[in-house]
Amino acid sequence: MYPFTYHRPSSLDDAKARLAASEDGRLLAGGMSLLPTMRFRLASCADLVDLNGIEALAGIERGDGHVRVGAMTRHAAVAGSAEVREAIPALAALAGSIGDVQVRNRGTIGGSICFADPAADYPAGLLGLDATINTDRRAIGADDFFTGLYETALEEGEIAVSVEFAIPERAGWAKFGNQASRFAVVAVMVSQAAGGAVRLAVTGARTHVFRVTEMEQALAANFSEEALDGIPVSSEGLNEDLHADRDYRAHLIGVMARRAVRDALAR
Amino acid sequence: MDGVSVNFTVNGREVTATVDPRTLLVHFLREHLKLTGTHIGCDTSQCGACTVHLDGKPAKSCALLAVQLEGAEVTTIEGIAGPDGMHPMQAAFKEHHGLQCGFCTPGMVMMGIDIANRHEAPDEATIRSELEGNLCRCTGYHNIVASIAAGASASRRREASG
Repeated sequence: MYPFTYHRPSSLDDAKARLAASEDGRLLAGGMSLLPTMRFRLASCADLVDLNGIEALAGIERGDGHVRVGAMTRHAAVAGSAEVREAIPALAALAGSIGDVQVRNRGTIGGSICFADPAADYPAGLLGLDATINTDRRAIGADDFFTGLYETALEEGEIAVSVEFAIPERAGWAKFGNQASRFAVVAVMVSQAAGGAVRLAVTGARTHVFRVTEMEQALAANFSEEALDGIPVSSEGLNEDLHADRDYRAHLIGVMARRAVRDALAR
Repeated sequence: MDGVSVNFTVNGREVTATVDPRTLLVHFLREHLKLTGTHIGCDTSQCGACTVHLDGKPAKSCALLAVQLEGAEVTTIEGIAGPDGMHPMQAAFKEHHGLQCGFCTPGMVMMGIDIANRHEAPDEATIRSELEGNLCRCTGYHNIVASIAAGASASRRREASG
């Protein structure tokens, strides 16, 4: 690791001030991606601002028609939350499918979405469930939040504070995880709102999470696996690595979309 | 970069130190406290050999900075045996030969204790899925799974009689 100055703020205002005072500051959430990356010297910073001491950033709250999850809420807390399991069981399933037990005990929703790994699970959860990201200065819809490979709409010094999920009529999660890392090769979150609108988001297959509008339209007319029959998935522009080539990932998008629909109907 | 002061508890013992903020918890345990039972198996935060309990929950000590531990309670493999000898999970690993080279064993035992804490009577599928974050390159896991099932059952018996 390259040297850095460690900061342990106890409030959001304190964290903002320390981040603003640094020319090269980074926030530390769960650290499950950032710390290994810093160890490989692929990332570095002059000031590391640790959010783990700010209690107000963690917690789950069910409101009228929505569930709000604090940015520093651990994956294990979301997976085990009675409120989440009752209101949006697919979100609890997503959180429970991340990494392994040790990672879920430390990793946070805020860290995951702000790091924006192309194969992370939460981005699909946020986009597929039409979530809103509340920051220290504004609210950003999931459609506008994820902008590229490890890129988000966050501005310099902006801090994600919570994620608000509208409670859908139904939602389903399906993931084809890499056998070694458990990152998504392809994973899909599908949801149908009370008004009938469908969202279907895919992670792991491109530089960043995306929706498949043809599938959403077909499912809005008829929410069933059969509705997806015959909808082609182009392999153009899809990620390719030693685990899966483009054509295989395109195939997996179709399979995971069907499984996500099946999961939604079974919940 | 300045040293940072940190106070926390390791195996019930208070620890106060001033450390370079880059120091990983696993290096702090092994090099500063000489608790070398916690192993470094992979250096990429995947293998789980460095698993310790942080405030009662398993965590990879290679993915935590020592300075993050302010006020925390850490338990390592050195801290689980009781006055009467081995922890039931350790005894089960011995009885069922849940190891070959033994390098991953400290992490496996710490994870096994957590599995026993969270599951009443974990079956094979549950144990295998809960061991996602612990790699063994010798055994093929069979005896590790058997050890954890037996250790969980022995831990329950001890609680019931204790």
